[in-house]
Amino acid sequence: MISIQTGDFDPAAEYQALRDSGAGTGAIATFTGLVRDSGDQEGVTGLYLEHYPGMTEQVIQGLIDQARQRWDVRKVRVIHRVGRLGLQEQIVFVGVCSGHRSDAFAACAFLMDALKTSAPFWKKELTDSGEHWVEQKASDRARAQRWE
Amino acid sequence: MSTDTLTIRFFARLREELATDTLELPARSNQTAGDLLAELAARGGAWAQLEGDQPVMIAVNQAMAKPSTPVRPGDEVAFFPPVTGG
Repeated sequence: MISIQTGDFDPAAEYQALRDSGAGTGAIATFTGLVRDSGDQEGVTGLYLEHYPGMTEQVIQGLIDQARQRWDVRKVRVIHRVGRLGLQEQIVFVGVCSGHRSDAFAACAFLMDALKTSAPFWKKELTDSGEHWVEQKASDRARAQRWE
Repeated sequence: MSTDTLTIRFFARLREELATDTLELPARSNQTAGDLLAELAARGGAWAQLEGDQPVMIAVNQAMAKPSTPVRPGDEVAFFPPVTGG
């Protein structure tokens, strides 16, 4: 299930929902991303996140389908927030149920790496001295390419 | 969305710098996403950046596309900077 939302989420509740999904799970890997105080520049006070409604969900569903083809993936939960977020707020959650840990870890890492370079989200960093759009990082592209 | 036009959408930095989030343009025959980009860049000013140094990503009907991707009447074509979610 994929949710794009402005509101916060509860990782414990999401974990429990994955656990209760009865998917024959032996392992659950989860990742939660938070807003950092230093990104492209120091002194970040928050983020604004924009996305392309409709396309975002289709791209993420495509990534989940790829993960299911490559690994033993029983259930996936992706939540991504948009709008204005403060420091240390949660941005993104990825949870993967699998039979075994190696597939759960791999699918969770793949989904995050691929999401960062292919799902249509854009971050703007807010600072006391202004705001600017974040540039895509070569290191993020390299991480995503590891899975190709 | 009319069936003889294209809907063009811009996001993030491009949306702000072009001061435009959506445009309707007449569809032409044998048109590609790259043709559309060149046509818009020719408006000059901030629009020139569509063919400038910074990469512009393209989606046609909400799927990632290339400059060579054909665009047809009724299509939704989006131009945006490289994505930075997660």
